[in-house]
Amino acid sequence: MDKYTEKIRSIAGNLLKDGKVDKVIGYKQGSLPMAANPFAARTQEQAEELVFNSTCVMNLANYLTDTTEKIAVVAKGCDSRNIVNHIVENKIKRDQVYIIGVPCSGMVDKRKITSEFETDLTEFAENGDEITVKSLEKEKVIQKKDYLRDCCLTCIKPNPVIWDELAGEFVEEKKMENRFASVEKIENMNPDERYSYFTELTRTCIRCYGCRNACPLCYCPTCFVDESGPQWVGKGQNETDIQTFHFLRAFHCAGRCTDCGACEEACPMGIKVREFTKKLVKDSSELFDWETGLDLSKRPPLDTYSPEDPDDFIK
Amino acid sequence: MENPYLPYPVRIEDIEIATEDKSLKTFTFVFLNKEDEKKFSYKAGQFAELSIPGQGEIPIGIASSPTEKGFVKFTVFKTGVVTTFLHNMKVGDIMGIRGPLGNWYPWESLENKNILIVGGGFAFTTLRSSIIYMLDPENRSGFKDIHVVYGARSPGMLLYRDELVQWEKRDDINMHITVDSTDDPDWKYHTGFVPQISEEVAPKATEDTYAIVCGPPIMIKFTQPVLEKLGYKENQIIMSLENRMKCGIGMCGRCNIGKELVCKDGPVFTLDRLNRTPKEY
Amino acid sequence: MNLVKIDKNGFKQGIDRARKEYRLFGPAKGKEGHTIRHLDTDEYPDMTYNDSVLSAKSVLFPQTEKMLYTTFDESEPDHHIMKRAQADYSPQAVVGIKPFDAKALEILHLNFDNGDYRDPYFCDALEATTLVGIAVNSPGSCDFSTSTGTGPFDESALDILLVDTGDQYYAKIITDKGQSFAETCGFEEAADEKAATDEINALKEKAENAVTSEIQYENIAEKSIVELYNAPLWDDIAFSCINCGTCTFVCPTCWCFDIQDESKGNSCTRMRNWDTCMSPLFTLHASGHNPRGEKTSRVRQRFMHKLKYFLDKYDQGIMCVGCGRCVKQCPVNIDIREVCNKLNAYEEKA
Repeated sequence: MDKYTEKIRSIAGNLLKDGKVDKVIGYKQGSLPMAANPFAARTQEQAEELVFNSTCVMNLANYLTDTTEKIAVVAKGCDSRNIVNHIVENKIKRDQVYIIGVPCSGMVDKRKITSEFETDLTEFAENGDEITVKSLEKEKVIQKKDYLRDCCLTCIKPNPVIWDELAGEFVEEKKMENRFASVEKIENMNPDERYSYFTELTRTCIRCYGCRNACPLCYCPTCFVDESGPQWVGKGQNETDIQTFHFLRAFHCAGRCTDCGACEEACPMGIKVREFTKKLVKDSSELFDWETGLDLSKRPPLDTYSPEDPDDFIK
Repeated sequence: MENPYLPYPVRIEDIEIATEDKSLKTFTFVFLNKEDEKKFSYKAGQFAELSIPGQGEIPIGIASSPTEKGFVKFTVFKTGVVTTFLHNMKVGDIMGIRGPLGNWYPWESLENKNILIVGGGFAFTTLRSSIIYMLDPENRSGFKDIHVVYGARSPGMLLYRDELVQWEKRDDINMHITVDSTDDPDWKYHTGFVPQISEEVAPKATEDTYAIVCGPPIMIKFTQPVLEKLGYKENQIIMSLENRMKCGIGMCGRCNIGKELVCKDGPVFTLDRLNRTPKEY
Repeated sequence: MNLVKIDKNGFKQGIDRARKEYRLFGPAKGKEGHTIRHLDTDEYPDMTYNDSVLSAKSVLFPQTEKMLYTTFDESEPDHHIMKRAQADYSPQAVVGIKPFDAKALEILHLNFDNGDYRDPYFCDALEATTLVGIAVNSPGSCDFSTSTGTGPFDESALDILLVDTGDQYYAKIITDKGQSFAETCGFEEAADEKAATDEINALKEKAENAVTSEIQYENIAEKSIVELYNAPLWDDIAFSCINCGTCTFVCPTCWCFDIQDESKGNSCTRMRNWDTCMSPLFTLHASGHNPRGEKTSRVRQRFMHKLKYFLDKYDQGIMCVGCGRCVKQCPVNIDIREVCNKLNAYEEKA
């Protein structure tokens, strides 16, 4: 994906030179192998630091809310859908944002890679579809397609759905058997099994709110967990409080989630948050025939009322 | 003290509505255990954490003076979860007090000095403590001239009105009471903002004069230049800050301004010390 | 101080003996990676762990801790009067703590026993704890502990330092507490002092040389707080931060906490939870005023506290032991080493 880096730098450099935008939000190389640092370039020199590779996971739409600046932003397929959602929800105006669309062939799952090494990684070098990964004790050449993130494996829109300029050619959309297989696995459990499954899933949560803060949808000035008058959720390490936070947050994102996986990426404890957020993506798809962020003129289903809304749950 | 998080049990002895809009109430507490009152020996300028089980704690300046024995007084503004609950409590209810916390006005260095007190709104609580302390027959001779400028939005919002009137009648203290505005034709004191009135009536600074300033940030912001004009140097201006607190004992880390912890290194700071910290308050 | 040698099997047996007298904590693997936690009766500490996701501070300073309790039932004689919550302060030992994590506990102790007040929860737990450290033979890539005043073989905060030589451990028994622990375990076979010391020193030198990451802070110490606070570099540093709090929770030296009351029916508990200066709520006044309402001011607070305020206040180095957890776990890769070096290199333009 390094071919994108050149193009992004050139687009960004020109935009900044011509003063068309106040800043270009993209990624720069982080201080560790596999780390990409979200970065705002404000000058042409800074634009030369922008990169794009298979570790550029964080959803940059997260940095677009509550600003009056003119911003260019690097957007993969999922990110661009979140930008559409932001525009529909009035968090930013279409003419404020210059979208540098990047067709994405998937991002790697860092934990899948590090689990195969005993010591810290020292190098991560991409070469087309192959990646050379080195640590102090060994070196391994892996095929990128074997180490894709779970959300990338079920990605329905790798190409940007909205853009002002593209940084590369469109990639082929995946043909998938059943993108909700992981959700169905849980749906097929009985209530007790499901309860233990989710209790175990969220057991290690440390309430850092990384998932919430990395999510572009979570922009409430005061999140429900922080409310004190009245206080809805306790702040301690209590199973019920932890689960309340996670599940309520998932419901607040229902019909707006693009399954970008920033939540899972941000979690320091590696909690697979998408195990339950994806259920809401499935419900939106099946109940309302809805996929987030594909149409600037449509509002999310839980935002609007239509007489055709499904009501078979009213018995 | 053994466990600095453990509050002394107290009983609400008296509740007085302190302002006409009922947003402030003055609570008088009595310790359930007599020994606790001795352990709670405090100096004017300190604060305490009022602890309501099930609700939380609030850091409030002590309004009573150490010369008043048998009880402690706090004037509390209703603004959040705990203060609202406190306002709805009744005489006889049991709660807790942790303290005394923080440092106090530097009484040792104020000996034999002229004192100018500038207070605004409901920040006047620890200033009441200070005035009663200074006016106490045992202490009065230790200070020279005392001037007090105290203002509130309107006459009904002044705290401790009965005491203000009594002090005004005394000849060992100069009271300059002001309100921002009033339509009371019988209002016999000043009308105008505290910084303005201070400029008019406050004594010029001398080597031996110190100013104690306590009020909302906006009042402090406009009073500082006035004091500078009158010649007060940075180390002659004493301020009492507030910040969000939880533990009150310098451990939970949230009330810091630079490296100063407002609950432990403060809340009383001289202006020169404050000028060496970031303006993050 | 004495030097003892322990073969790997003997070590396991010793741990089994220790279980009878001490509650044991140590590194153990879970689905989230390794954490330092309470070990079950059949668990042994994983002494070869590379890194733990969270630090060892939760042994003395748990994420959620009950402090006080009372009852609202007015038929009880001491209703509404708060009392200290019961907890277990019987002897406990952390086996397999890395030297920088132990040093971090000393830093925490400075906060929780500050001369005027003593936090009984932390301090009582610390008094009951024996720290049995494991020297780090192969420091990780983000380990910069040698430039923060500690190091892979630093014994200053430990009761025992174990050194893994491959087929056995050497144990340097440093304190009385360490001595009691060693006796309970039966670790009494004296080592050949000269040979052992030589071998340990060789491993120490190798480990310290393997630490490739370093920071400098002499210039930070010399500048004034206000100058560094007003430096223009904070906006760029703070841009990518998502204010999550991961850095503060995985950090072994972060100590900020929140106190909350929770009640159910007639029973009421006052507890404390870890809190983070990264949260917008952290400094929010009831009036609505928030001195650190802007993200940049919060990011600045975190780094200024670690690298400057603590340095000035205690004159014992910076509030960082170089464990590298925040560097690895930050979702947007904000690197404290880069920030420190930027601050150190900062010159105010005239």
